[in-house]
Amino acid sequence: MNININNLHFTYPTGLEALKGVSLTINAGEQVAIVGQNGAGKTTLVRHFNGLLKPTSGSVTIGDWDTTKYSVAKLASRVGYVFQNPDEQLFSRDVLTEVEFGPKNLGYTKEKIDELVKQALVWTELTDKTETNPYDLSPTWRKMVALASIIAMDTPIVIFDEPTTGQDFANVSRIANVIAELKKQGKTVITITHDIDFCAENFERVIALSNGQVLLDGTTREVLGQEEILAQTYVDPPQLTRLGKLLNLKETVINQQEFLKAIK
Amino acid sequence: MALVNIQNLTYKYPLTKTPALQNINLQIEQGEFISVIGANGAGKSTLCYALAGFVPHFFKGEISGEIEVDGVASSKSTLDEWVVNVGLAFQNPFNQISGAKYTVFEEIAFGLENAGVPREQMQSRVEEAMKLTGISNLADRSPYSLSGGQQQRVALTSILVMQPKLLVLDEPTSQMDPIGTREVFSVIHNLTQSGMTVVMVEHKVEWIAHFATRVIALKDGSILTEGKPGDVLTSDVLTKNGFGVSRYTSVAREAKKQGLWKKEKLPVTLFEAAEGFNRNA
Ligand SMILES: Nc1ncnc2c1ncn2[C@@H]1O[C@H](COP(=O)(O)OP(=O)(O)OP(=O)(O)O)[C@@H](O)[C@H]1O
Ligand SMILES: Nc1ncnc2c1ncn2[C@@H]1O[C@H](COP(=O)(O)OP(=O)(O)O)[C@@H](O)[C@H]1O
Ligand SMILES: [Mg+2]
Ligand SMILES: [Mg+2]
Repeated sequence: MNININNLHFTYPTGLEALKGVSLTINAGEQVAIVGQNGAGKTTLVRHFNGLLKPTSGSVTIGDWDTTKYSVAKLASRVGYVFQNPDEQLFSRDVLTEVEFGPKNLGYTKEKIDELVKQALVWTELTDKTETNPYDLSPTWRKMVALASIIAMDTPIVIFDEPTTGQDFANVSRIANVIAELKKQGKTVITITHDIDFCAENFERVIALSNGQVLLDGTTREVLGQEEILAQTYVDPPQLTRLGKLLNLKETVINQQEFLKAIK
Repeated sequence: MALVNIQNLTYKYPLTKTPALQNINLQIEQGEFISVIGANGAGKSTLCYALAGFVPHFFKGEISGEIEVDGVASSKSTLDEWVVNVGLAFQNPFNQISGAKYTVFEEIAFGLENAGVPREQMQSRVEEAMKLTGISNLADRSPYSLSGGQQQRVALTSILVMQPKLLVLDEPTSQMDPIGTREVFSVIHNLTQSGMTVVMVEHKVEWIAHFATRVIALKDGSILTEGKPGDVLTSDVLTKNGFGVSRYTSVAREAKKQGLWKKEKLPVTLFEAAEGFNRNA
Protein backbone atom coordinates (compact mmCIF):
# COMPACT_ATOMS: atom_id res chain seq x y z
CA MET A 1 0.00 0.00 0.00
CA ASN A 2 1.70 3.22 -1.18
CA ILE A 3 1.44 6.67 0.33
CA ASN A 4 1.08 9.46 -2.22
CA ILE A 5 1.52 13.06 -1.19
CA ASN A 6 0.81 15.58 -3.86
CA ASN A 7 1.71 19.27 -3.47
CA LEU A 8 0.62 19.25 0.18
CA HIS A 9 0.16 22.59 1.90
CA PHE A 10 -0.97 22.93 5.48
CA THR A 11 -1.73 26.06 7.48
CA TYR A 12 -2.59 25.87 11.21
CA PRO A 13 -5.61 27.86 12.47
CA THR A 14 -3.08 30.35 13.92
CA GLY A 15 -2.16 31.28 10.33
CA LEU A 16 1.23 29.53 10.42
CA GLU A 17 1.98 27.68 7.18
CA ALA A 18 3.81 24.52 8.35
CA LEU A 19 3.91 22.64 5.03
CA LYS A 20 4.64 24.50 1.82
CA GLY A 21 4.15 22.13 -1.09
CA VAL A 22 5.38 18.65 -0.22
CA SER A 23 5.24 15.93 -2.89
CA LEU A 24 6.43 12.40 -2.07
CA THR A 25 5.70 8.78 -2.76
CA ILE A 26 6.43 6.21 -0.08
CA ASN A 27 6.21 2.68 -1.39
CA ALA A 28 4.80 -0.34 0.41
CA GLY A 29 7.45 -2.04 2.52
CA GLU A 30 9.91 0.88 2.62
CA GLN A 31 11.82 1.84 5.79
CA VAL A 32 11.97 5.62 5.75
CA ALA A 33 13.46 8.07 8.24
CA ILE A 34 12.39 11.71 8.35
CA VAL A 35 14.92 14.17 9.76
CA GLY A 36 15.17 17.94 10.06
CA GLN A 37 15.27 21.00 12.25
CA ASN A 38 12.84 21.57 15.12
CA GLY A 39 9.70 23.06 13.63
CA ALA A 40 10.53 21.86 10.09
CA GLY A 41 7.08 20.24 9.79
CA LYS A 42 7.89 16.55 10.39
CA THR A 43 5.11 15.87 12.88
CA THR A 44 2.69 17.99 10.86
CA LEU A 45 3.47 15.90 7.76
CA VAL A 46 2.99 12.47 9.31
CA ARG A 47 -0.20 13.52 11.08
CA HIS A 48 -1.67 13.80 7.61
CA PHE A 49 -1.06 10.10 6.97
CA ASN A 50 -3.57 8.91 9.58
CA GLY A 51 -5.95 11.80 8.98
CA LEU A 52 -5.36 13.69 12.24
CA LEU A 53 -4.73 16.68 9.99
CA LYS A 54 -6.34 17.31 6.60
CA PRO A 55 -4.56 19.19 3.78
CA THR A 56 -5.25 22.89 3.36
CA SER A 57 -4.54 22.17 -0.30
CA GLY A 58 -3.04 19.27 -2.22
CA SER A 59 -3.75 15.66 -1.35
CA VAL A 60 -2.65 12.62 0.63
CA THR A 61 -3.73 9.13 -0.37
CA ILE A 62 -3.13 5.89 1.51
CA GLY A 63 -3.45 3.15 -1.08
CA ASP A 64 -6.67 4.11 -2.87
CA TRP A 65 -8.03 6.18 0.02
CA ASP A 66 -7.92 9.96 -0.11
CA THR A 67 -7.53 10.97 3.56
CA THR A 68 -10.14 13.72 3.25
CA LYS A 69 -12.79 11.09 2.45
CA TYR A 70 -12.07 8.78 5.39
CA SER A 71 -12.33 9.26 9.17
CA VAL A 72 -9.37 8.88 11.54
CA ALA A 73 -11.06 5.74 12.91
CA LYS A 74 -11.24 4.24 9.42
CA LEU A 75 -7.68 5.23 8.50
CA ALA A 76 -6.50 3.53 11.71
CA SER A 77 -6.89 0.20 9.94
CA ARG A 78 -4.18 1.24 7.50
CA VAL A 79 -1.90 3.60 9.41
CA GLY A 80 -0.69 3.33 13.01
CA TYR A 81 0.87 6.48 14.51
CA VAL A 82 2.91 6.58 17.71
CA PHE A 83 2.73 10.15 19.07
CA GLN A 84 5.83 12.22 19.83
CA ASN A 85 4.39 12.84 23.30
CA PRO A 86 2.92 9.60 24.69
CA ASP A 87 0.77 11.56 27.14
CA GLU A 88 -1.36 12.72 24.20
CA GLN A 89 -1.94 9.11 23.21
CA LEU A 90 -2.43 7.01 26.36
CA PHE A 91 -5.73 6.94 28.22
CA SER A 92 -6.23 3.48 29.79
CA ARG A 93 -5.93 2.48 33.44
CA ASP A 94 -3.47 -0.33 32.80
CA VAL A 95 -0.97 -1.34 30.15
CA LEU A 96 -2.85 -4.43 28.96
CA THR A 97 -6.10 -2.52 28.37
CA GLU A 98 -4.16 0.14 26.50
CA VAL A 99 -2.44 -2.34 24.19
CA GLU A 100 -5.66 -4.32 23.57
CA PHE A 101 -7.70 -1.26 22.71
CA GLY A 102 -6.52 -0.77 19.13
CA PRO A 103 -6.79 -4.37 17.84
CA LYS A 104 -10.16 -4.79 19.61
CA ASN A 105 -11.43 -1.69 17.88
CA LEU A 106 -10.37 -3.03 14.51
CA GLY A 107 -12.67 -6.02 15.10
CA TYR A 108 -10.06 -8.78 14.90
CA THR A 109 -10.89 -12.24 16.30
CA LYS A 110 -10.11 -12.99 19.94
CA GLU A 111 -7.23 -15.31 18.97
CA LYS A 112 -5.68 -12.74 16.66
CA ILE A 113 -5.99 -10.02 19.31
CA ASP A 114 -4.32 -12.21 21.94
CA GLU A 115 -1.51 -13.10 19.60
CA LEU A 116 -0.87 -9.52 18.45
CA VAL A 117 -0.98 -8.16 22.00
CA LYS A 118 1.37 -10.82 23.26
CA GLN A 119 3.85 -10.16 20.48
CA ALA A 120 3.77 -6.40 20.99
CA LEU A 121 4.35 -6.81 24.73
CA VAL A 122 7.26 -9.18 24.17
CA TRP A 123 8.93 -6.92 21.60
CA THR A 124 8.72 -3.91 23.90
CA GLU A 125 9.55 -5.95 27.01
CA LEU A 126 6.39 -4.92 28.81
CA THR A 127 5.16 -8.43 29.73
CA ASP A 128 5.83 -7.85 33.43
CA LYS A 129 4.09 -4.47 33.44
CA THR A 130 0.64 -5.39 32.03
CA GLU A 131 -1.22 -4.44 35.23
CA THR A 132 0.62 -1.18 35.79
CA ASN A 133 -1.10 2.15 35.20
CA PRO A 134 0.85 3.83 32.36
CA TYR A 135 1.01 7.00 34.46
CA ASP A 136 2.99 5.17 37.16
CA LEU A 137 5.66 4.40 34.57
CA SER A 138 8.54 6.71 33.68
CA PRO A 139 8.12 8.79 30.47
CA THR A 140 10.47 6.44 28.62
CA TRP A 141 8.40 3.37 29.46
CA ARG A 142 5.18 5.24 28.67
CA LYS A 143 6.63 5.74 25.21
CA MET A 144 7.22 1.97 24.97
CA VAL A 145 3.55 1.41 25.90
CA ALA A 146 2.50 3.85 23.19
CA LEU A 147 4.66 1.91 20.75
CA ALA A 148 3.24 -1.48 21.79
CA SER A 149 -0.34 -0.27 21.48
CA ILE A 150 0.25 0.78 17.89
CA ILE A 151 2.22 -2.28 16.74
CA ALA A 152 -0.54 -4.48 18.17
CA MET A 153 -2.92 -3.04 15.56
CA ASP A 154 -1.04 -4.84 12.79
CA THR A 155 -1.47 -2.03 10.25
CA PRO A 156 0.43 -2.16 6.94
CA ILE A 157 1.91 1.29 7.66
CA VAL A 158 3.48 2.20 11.01
CA ILE A 159 4.73 5.66 11.97
CA PHE A 160 7.01 6.39 14.92
CA ASP A 161 7.45 10.02 15.98
CA GLU A 162 10.84 10.25 17.72
CA PRO A 163 10.74 6.76 19.27
CA THR A 164 14.25 6.82 20.80
CA THR A 165 13.92 10.15 22.60
CA GLY A 166 15.40 9.81 26.08
CA GLN A 167 15.68 6.03 25.76
CA ASP A 168 18.66 4.16 27.15
CA PHE A 169 20.87 1.86 25.10
CA ALA A 170 18.74 -1.24 25.87
CA ASN A 171 15.48 0.38 24.77
CA VAL A 172 17.05 1.87 21.64
CA SER A 173 18.12 -1.69 20.71
CA ARG A 174 14.59 -2.95 21.40
CA ILE A 175 13.15 -0.29 19.13
CA ALA A 176 15.65 -1.11 16.38
CA ASN A 177 14.60 -4.72 16.75
CA VAL A 178 10.90 -3.83 16.43
CA ILE A 179 11.66 -1.94 13.22
CA ALA A 180 13.57 -4.94 11.83
CA GLU A 181 10.68 -7.29 12.69
CA LEU A 182 8.13 -5.01 11.02
CA LYS A 183 10.35 -4.89 7.95
CA LYS A 184 10.41 -8.69 7.83
CA GLN A 185 6.63 -8.64 7.85
CA GLY A 186 6.72 -6.39 4.79
CA LYS A 187 5.37 -3.31 6.56
CA THR A 188 6.08 0.28 5.72
CA VAL A 189 7.87 1.96 8.63
CA ILE A 190 8.20 5.74 8.76
CA THR A 191 10.23 7.14 11.63
CA ILE A 192 10.91 10.72 12.61
CA THR A 193 14.21 10.98 14.44
CA HIS A 194 16.97 13.37 15.53
CA ASP A 195 19.28 10.43 16.29
CA ILE A 196 21.24 10.37 13.05
CA ASP A 197 23.40 7.37 14.01
CA PHE A 198 20.24 5.39 14.72
CA CYS A 199 18.88 6.63 11.40
CA ALA A 200 21.98 5.46 9.50
CA GLU A 201 21.89 2.03 11.11
CA ASN A 202 18.20 1.23 10.64
CA PHE A 203 16.80 2.91 7.51
CA GLU A 204 17.21 2.61 3.76
CA ARG A 205 15.79 5.93 2.73
CA VAL A 206 16.02 9.33 4.39
CA ILE A 207 13.90 12.41 3.79
CA ALA A 208 15.21 15.70 5.17
CA LEU A 209 12.58 18.38 5.69
CA SER A 210 13.40 22.02 6.06
CA ASN A 211 11.01 24.86 6.69
CA GLY A 212 7.93 22.99 5.40
CA GLN A 213 9.60 21.60 2.27
CA VAL A 214 11.59 18.54 1.20
CA LEU A 215 15.28 19.46 1.25
CA LEU A 216 16.74 16.04 0.42
CA ASP A 217 15.27 12.63 -0.39
CA GLY A 218 17.27 9.55 -1.33
CA THR A 219 19.13 6.55 -0.02
CA THR A 220 20.56 6.87 3.47
CA ARG A 221 24.09 7.17 2.07
CA GLU A 222 23.19 9.84 -0.51
CA VAL A 223 21.33 11.99 1.99
CA LEU A 224 23.47 11.64 5.11
CA GLY A 225 26.68 12.29 3.16
CA GLN A 226 25.65 15.85 2.23
CA GLU A 227 27.05 17.75 5.15
CA GLU A 228 26.55 21.30 3.85
CA ILE A 229 22.98 20.83 2.69
CA LEU A 230 21.99 18.96 5.86
CA ALA A 231 23.37 21.82 7.95
CA GLN A 232 20.66 24.05 6.44
CA THR A 233 18.16 22.02 8.45
CA TYR A 234 20.39 21.65 11.52
CA VAL A 235 21.32 18.02 10.91
CA ASP A 236 24.84 16.58 11.22
CA PRO A 237 25.96 13.48 9.29
CA PRO A 238 26.42 10.31 11.41
CA GLN A 239 29.52 10.14 13.65
CA LEU A 240 31.36 7.64 11.46
CA THR A 241 30.49 9.56 8.28
CA ARG A 242 32.10 12.67 9.79
CA LEU A 243 35.11 10.61 10.85
CA GLY A 244 35.42 9.13 7.36
CA LYS A 245 35.38 12.65 5.87
CA LEU A 246 38.10 13.86 8.24
CA LEU A 247 40.23 10.88 7.27
CA ASN A 248 39.62 11.62 3.58
CA LEU A 249 38.10 8.22 2.86
CA LYS A 250 37.04 8.04 -0.78
CA GLU A 251 33.55 6.68 -0.21
CA THR A 252 30.89 7.97 2.19
CA VAL A 253 30.70 5.44 5.04
CA ILE A 254 27.63 5.32 7.24
CA ASN A 255 28.20 2.46 9.66
CA GLN A 256 30.89 0.58 11.55
CA GLN A 257 31.21 -2.25 9.06
CA GLU A 258 31.72 0.12 6.14
CA PHE A 259 34.18 2.20 8.10
CA LEU A 260 36.36 -0.76 9.08
CA LYS A 261 36.36 -2.03 5.52
CA ALA A 262 37.36 1.37 4.18
CA ILE A 263 40.38 1.82 6.48
CA LYS A 264 41.82 -1.65 5.90
CA MET B 1 34.26 24.74 49.89
CA ALA B 2 32.26 22.78 47.33
CA LEU B 3 29.05 24.45 46.10
CA VAL B 4 27.14 21.18 46.37
CA ASN B 5 27.77 18.64 49.07
CA ILE B 6 25.74 15.42 49.18
CA GLN B 7 26.46 13.12 52.12
CA ASN B 8 25.17 9.55 52.38
CA LEU B 9 21.92 10.37 50.61
CA THR B 10 19.39 7.56 50.48
CA TYR B 11 15.84 8.16 49.32
CA LYS B 12 12.73 6.05 48.85
CA TYR B 13 9.52 7.23 47.14
CA PRO B 14 6.30 6.61 49.14
CA LEU B 15 4.84 3.09 48.78
CA THR B 16 7.93 1.71 47.02
CA LYS B 17 10.20 -1.04 48.32
CA THR B 18 13.65 -0.22 46.94
CA PRO B 19 15.34 3.16 47.33
CA ALA B 20 15.58 5.23 44.14
CA LEU B 21 18.86 6.69 45.45
CA GLN B 22 21.26 4.75 47.62
CA ASN B 23 24.09 6.15 49.66
CA ILE B 24 25.07 8.93 47.24
CA ASN B 25 28.16 10.94 48.13
CA LEU B 26 28.99 13.79 45.81
CA GLN B 27 30.82 17.11 45.99
CA ILE B 28 30.53 19.60 43.15
CA GLU B 29 32.73 22.68 42.84
CA GLN B 30 31.48 25.97 41.46
CA GLY B 31 31.86 26.13 37.67
CA GLU B 32 31.80 22.38 37.06
CA PHE B 33 29.80 20.93 34.17
CA ILE B 34 28.66 17.55 35.45
CA SER B 35 26.98 15.08 33.20
CA VAL B 36 24.88 12.28 34.69
CA ILE B 37 24.37 9.14 32.64
CA GLY B 38 22.50 5.90 33.32
CA ALA B 39 19.85 3.49 32.10
CA ASN B 40 16.10 4.10 32.36
CA GLY B 41 15.18 3.93 36.04
CA ALA B 42 18.76 4.37 37.29
CA GLY B 43 17.73 7.35 39.44
CA LYS B 44 18.87 10.24 37.24
CA SER B 45 15.65 12.24 37.54
CA THR B 46 15.42 11.47 41.25
CA LEU B 47 18.92 12.89 41.74
CA CYS B 48 17.78 16.01 39.86
CA TYR B 49 14.73 16.29 42.14
CA ALA B 50 16.96 15.93 45.20
CA LEU B 51 19.30 18.68 44.00
CA ALA B 52 16.35 20.92 43.18
CA GLY B 53 14.64 20.35 46.56
CA PHE B 54 11.58 18.55 45.13
CA VAL B 55 12.83 15.53 47.05
CA PRO B 56 11.79 15.65 49.83
CA HIS B 57 9.81 18.92 49.80
CA PHE B 58 7.37 17.92 47.07
CA PHE B 59 7.70 14.14 46.74
CA LYS B 60 7.35 12.77 50.26
CA GLY B 61 8.90 9.41 51.18
CA GLU B 62 11.86 8.46 53.35
CA ILE B 63 15.10 10.35 53.15
CA SER B 64 18.35 10.05 55.04
CA GLY B 65 21.66 11.82 54.62
CA GLU B 66 22.13 15.44 53.68
CA ILE B 67 22.18 17.75 50.64
CA GLU B 68 23.80 21.15 50.97
CA VAL B 69 24.03 23.89 48.39
CA ASP B 70 26.17 26.89 49.23
CA GLY B 71 26.45 25.72 52.83
CA VAL B 72 22.70 25.49 53.44
CA ALA B 73 21.06 22.11 54.06
CA SER B 74 17.99 21.30 52.02
CA SER B 75 16.28 19.82 55.10
CA LYS B 76 16.59 23.20 56.86
CA SER B 77 15.19 25.22 54.02
CA THR B 78 11.81 25.62 52.32
CA LEU B 79 11.26 24.95 48.61
CA ASP B 80 10.67 28.68 48.03
CA GLU B 81 14.05 29.51 49.54
CA TRP B 82 15.74 26.67 47.69
CA VAL B 83 14.63 27.60 44.17
CA VAL B 84 16.37 30.98 44.43
CA ASN B 85 19.69 29.13 44.10
CA VAL B 86 18.74 26.05 42.12
CA GLY B 87 16.82 25.86 38.81
CA LEU B 88 15.50 22.60 37.35
CA ALA B 89 14.44 21.89 33.77
CA PHE B 90 12.16 18.85 33.93
CA GLN B 91 12.60 15.79 31.76
CA ASN B 92 9.18 16.41 30.24
CA PRO B 93 8.97 20.02 28.99
CA PHE B 94 5.19 19.74 28.71
CA ASN B 95 5.09 19.73 32.54
CA GLN B 96 6.90 23.01 32.76
CA ILE B 97 4.71 25.47 30.84
CA SER B 98 3.01 27.64 33.47
CA GLY B 99 -0.43 27.71 31.88
CA ALA B 100 -0.71 31.36 32.88
CA LYS B 101 0.75 33.07 29.83
CA TYR B 102 -0.27 33.72 26.23
CA THR B 103 3.09 34.24 24.55
CA VAL B 104 6.49 32.58 24.69
CA PHE B 105 8.05 35.89 25.77
CA GLU B 106 5.69 36.24 28.75
CA GLU B 107 6.18 32.58 29.61
CA ILE B 108 9.93 33.05 29.86
CA ALA B 109 9.52 36.30 31.79
CA PHE B 110 7.15 34.66 34.29
CA GLY B 111 9.82 33.62 36.81
CA LEU B 112 11.55 37.00 36.74
CA GLU B 113 8.23 38.73 37.18
CA ASN B 114 7.50 36.63 40.28
CA ALA B 115 10.97 37.42 41.60
CA GLY B 116 10.16 41.14 41.27
CA VAL B 117 12.82 41.94 38.67
CA PRO B 118 12.25 45.47 37.25
CA ARG B 119 10.58 45.72 33.83
CA GLU B 120 13.55 47.07 31.78
CA GLN B 121 15.96 44.53 33.18
CA MET B 122 13.43 41.75 32.58
CA GLN B 123 13.05 42.67 28.92
CA SER B 124 16.77 42.47 28.20
CA ARG B 125 17.34 39.30 30.21
CA VAL B 126 14.53 37.48 28.40
CA GLU B 127 15.76 38.64 25.00
CA GLU B 128 19.31 37.59 25.83
CA ALA B 129 18.23 34.14 27.03
CA MET B 130 16.05 33.56 23.93
CA LYS B 131 18.99 34.42 21.74
CA LEU B 132 21.15 31.83 23.52
CA THR B 133 18.68 29.02 22.84
CA GLY B 134 17.79 30.17 19.33
CA ILE B 135 14.12 30.99 19.87
CA SER B 136 13.98 34.77 19.38
CA ASN B 137 11.65 34.14 16.42
CA LEU B 138 9.11 32.44 18.71
CA ALA B 139 8.68 35.39 21.12
CA ASP B 140 5.10 36.22 20.10
CA ARG B 141 3.91 32.64 19.57
CA SER B 142 1.55 30.85 21.97
CA PRO B 143 3.45 28.40 24.24
CA TYR B 144 0.84 25.77 23.31
CA SER B 145 1.16 25.73 19.55
CA LEU B 146 4.80 24.72 19.33
CA SER B 147 6.60 21.65 18.04
CA GLY B 148 8.13 19.30 20.65
CA GLY B 149 11.65 20.63 20.23
CA GLN B 150 10.47 24.24 20.34
CA GLN B 151 8.62 23.57 23.62
CA GLN B 152 11.75 22.03 25.05
CA ARG B 153 13.74 25.13 24.11
CA VAL B 154 11.15 27.36 25.81
CA ALA B 155 11.28 25.24 28.98
CA LEU B 156 15.08 25.41 29.05
CA THR B 157 15.11 29.15 28.40
CA SER B 158 12.68 29.85 31.24
CA ILE B 159 15.19 28.27 33.65
CA LEU B 160 18.33 29.81 32.10
CA VAL B 161 16.85 33.28 32.36
CA MET B 162 16.73 32.97 36.16
CA GLN B 163 20.54 32.60 36.29
CA PRO B 164 20.53 30.20 39.24
CA LYS B 165 23.82 29.32 40.97
CA LEU B 166 23.13 25.67 40.27
CA LEU B 167 21.43 24.70 37.03
CA VAL B 168 19.95 21.18 36.94
CA LEU B 169 18.90 19.94 33.50
CA ASP B 170 17.10 16.61 33.04
CA GLU B 171 17.65 15.52 29.43
CA PRO B 172 17.29 19.08 28.08
CA THR B 173 18.13 18.20 24.46
CA SER B 174 16.16 14.96 24.08
CA GLN B 175 13.87 16.43 21.41
CA MET B 176 16.28 18.88 19.85
CA ASP B 177 17.71 18.70 16.34
CA PRO B 178 21.36 17.59 16.10
CA ILE B 179 23.07 20.93 15.51
CA GLY B 180 20.75 22.61 18.02
CA THR B 181 21.83 20.01 20.56
CA ARG B 182 25.48 20.80 20.02
CA GLU B 183 24.75 24.53 20.32
CA VAL B 184 22.91 24.05 23.62
CA PHE B 185 25.82 22.05 25.05
CA SER B 186 28.13 24.83 23.94
CA VAL B 187 25.95 27.53 25.52
CA ILE B 188 25.85 25.60 28.81
CA HIS B 189 29.61 25.16 28.64
CA ASN B 190 30.05 28.92 28.24
CA LEU B 191 27.80 29.56 31.23
CA THR B 192 29.99 27.33 33.39
CA GLN B 193 33.04 29.27 32.18
CA SER B 194 31.47 32.36 33.69
CA GLY B 195 30.84 30.65 37.02
CA MET B 196 27.51 28.84 36.80
CA THR B 197 27.46 25.24 38.02
CA VAL B 198 25.60 22.70 35.93
CA VAL B 199 24.35 19.17 36.45
CA MET B 200 22.93 17.76 33.22
CA VAL B 201 21.37 14.35 32.64
CA GLU B 202 22.12 13.27 29.08
CA HIS B 203 22.46 10.29 26.75
CA LYS B 204 24.40 12.04 23.97
CA VAL B 205 27.87 10.69 24.67
CA GLU B 206 29.65 12.58 21.89
CA TRP B 207 28.72 16.00 23.30
CA ILE B 208 29.15 14.96 26.92
CA ALA B 209 32.71 13.96 26.01
CA HIS B 210 33.26 17.27 24.30
CA PHE B 211 31.86 19.64 26.88
CA ALA B 212 31.46 18.12 30.37
CA THR B 213 34.16 18.35 33.03
CA ARG B 214 33.05 15.24 34.91
CA VAL B 215 30.75 12.28 34.24
CA ILE B 216 28.76 10.44 36.89
CA ALA B 217 27.38 7.05 35.91
CA LEU B 218 24.38 5.91 37.94
CA LYS B 219 23.14 2.37 38.23
CA ASP B 220 20.25 1.17 40.39
CA GLY B 221 20.35 4.35 42.47
CA SER B 222 24.08 4.27 43.23
CA ILE B 223 27.14 5.84 41.66
CA LEU B 224 28.74 3.11 39.56
CA THR B 225 31.75 5.15 38.50
CA GLU B 226 32.73 8.78 38.00
CA GLY B 227 35.57 10.78 36.57
CA LYS B 228 36.85 12.57 33.48
CA PRO B 229 34.64 12.01 30.39
CA GLY B 230 37.49 10.49 28.38
CA ASP B 231 38.13 7.90 31.08
CA VAL B 232 34.60 7.05 32.17
CA LEU B 233 33.07 6.92 28.69
CA THR B 234 35.66 4.46 27.38
CA SER B 235 35.81 2.26 30.47
CA ASP B 236 34.98 -1.42 30.34
CA VAL B 237 32.75 -0.98 33.40
CA LEU B 238 30.26 0.97 31.28
CA THR B 239 30.15 -1.54 28.47
CA LYS B 240 29.76 -4.41 30.93
CA ASN B 241 26.84 -2.62 32.53
CA GLY B 242 24.99 -1.99 29.27
CA PHE B 243 25.68 1.74 28.87
CA GLY B 244 25.74 3.25 25.39
CA VAL B 245 29.08 4.55 24.10
CA SER B 246 29.99 6.84 21.22
CA ARG B 247 30.43 5.29 17.76
CA TYR B 248 34.05 6.44 17.88
CA THR B 249 34.67 4.31 20.94
CA SER B 250 32.88 1.24 19.62
CA VAL B 251 34.50 1.38 16.19
CA ALA B 252 37.97 1.77 17.72
CA ARG B 253 37.33 -1.08 20.14
CA GLU B 254 36.50 -3.30 17.16
CA ALA B 255 39.41 -1.92 15.12
CA LYS B 256 41.77 -2.69 18.00
CA LYS B 257 40.77 -6.36 17.85
CA GLN B 258 41.63 -6.36 14.15
CA GLY B 259 44.91 -4.53 14.72
CA LEU B 260 43.59 -1.37 13.06
CA TRP B 261 43.73 0.81 16.21
CA LYS B 262 47.20 0.99 17.68
CA LYS B 263 46.77 3.29 20.67
CA GLU B 264 46.19 1.99 24.18
CA LYS B 265 43.47 4.53 24.94
CA LEU B 266 40.16 4.44 23.07
CA PRO B 267 38.78 7.65 21.56
CA VAL B 268 35.52 9.26 22.60
CA THR B 269 35.44 12.38 20.41
CA LEU B 270 35.69 12.89 16.66
CA PHE B 271 39.06 14.58 17.05
CA GLU B 272 40.58 11.79 19.15
CA ALA B 273 39.30 9.18 16.70
CA ALA B 274 40.66 11.03 13.66
CA GLU B 275 44.01 11.54 15.34
CA GLY B 276 44.31 7.87 16.34
CA PHE B 277 43.28 6.46 12.98
CA ASN B 278 45.49 8.94 11.11
CA ARG B 279 48.55 7.86 13.05
CA ASN B 280 47.87 4.32 11.86
CA ALA B 281 47.96 5.43 8.26
N1 LIG C 1 -1.03 23.07 17.07
C1 LIG C 1 -0.30 23.97 16.41
N2 LIG C 1 -0.78 25.19 16.13
C2 LIG C 1 -0.05 26.11 15.45
N3 LIG C 1 1.21 25.90 14.99
C3 LIG C 1 1.74 24.69 15.26
C4 LIG C 1 1.04 23.66 15.96
N4 LIG C 1 1.84 22.58 16.06
C5 LIG C 1 3.00 22.91 15.44
N5 LIG C 1 2.94 24.18 14.95
C6 LIG C 1 4.00 24.88 14.20
O1 LIG C 1 4.15 24.26 12.93
C7 LIG C 1 5.53 24.16 12.56
C8 LIG C 1 5.88 22.69 12.33
O2 LIG C 1 5.72 21.97 13.56
P1 LIG C 1 5.96 20.41 13.69
O3 LIG C 1 5.42 20.01 15.03
O4 LIG C 1 5.43 19.73 12.51
O5 LIG C 1 7.56 20.38 13.68
P2 LIG C 1 8.56 19.15 13.81
O6 LIG C 1 9.37 19.11 12.57
O7 LIG C 1 7.83 17.92 14.19
O8 LIG C 1 9.52 19.67 14.99
P3 LIG C 1 10.17 18.89 16.26
O9 LIG C 1 11.44 18.28 15.77
O10 LIG C 1 10.49 20.01 17.21
O11 LIG C 1 9.16 17.92 16.79
C9 LIG C 1 6.31 24.83 13.70
O12 LIG C 1 6.58 26.16 13.36
C10 LIG C 1 5.36 24.76 14.88
O13 LIG C 1 5.59 25.81 15.79
N1 LIG D 1 7.10 9.53 41.59
C1 LIG D 1 7.59 8.28 41.80
N2 LIG D 1 7.01 7.43 42.66
C2 LIG D 1 7.54 6.20 42.88
N3 LIG D 1 8.64 5.72 42.29
C3 LIG D 1 9.27 6.52 41.40
C4 LIG D 1 8.79 7.84 41.10
N4 LIG D 1 9.61 8.40 40.19
C5 LIG D 1 10.56 7.47 39.92
N5 LIG D 1 10.37 6.34 40.65
C6 LIG D 1 11.22 5.15 40.66
O1 LIG D 1 12.52 5.51 41.10
C7 LIG D 1 13.52 4.86 40.32
C8 LIG D 1 14.42 5.89 39.64
O2 LIG D 1 13.63 6.59 38.67
P1 LIG D 1 14.12 7.87 37.89
O3 LIG D 1 14.82 8.77 38.85
O4 LIG D 1 12.95 8.44 37.17
O5 LIG D 1 15.16 7.24 36.88
P2 LIG D 1 15.79 7.81 35.53
O6 LIG D 1 15.56 9.29 35.50
O7 LIG D 1 17.23 7.46 35.66
O8 LIG D 1 15.13 7.09 34.40
C9 LIG D 1 12.79 3.94 39.36
O9 LIG D 1 12.72 2.66 39.94
C10 LIG D 1 11.42 4.58 39.26
O10 LIG D 1 10.43 3.62 38.95
MG1 LIG E 1 7.75 16.76 15.93
MG1 LIG F 1 14.54 10.46 34.06
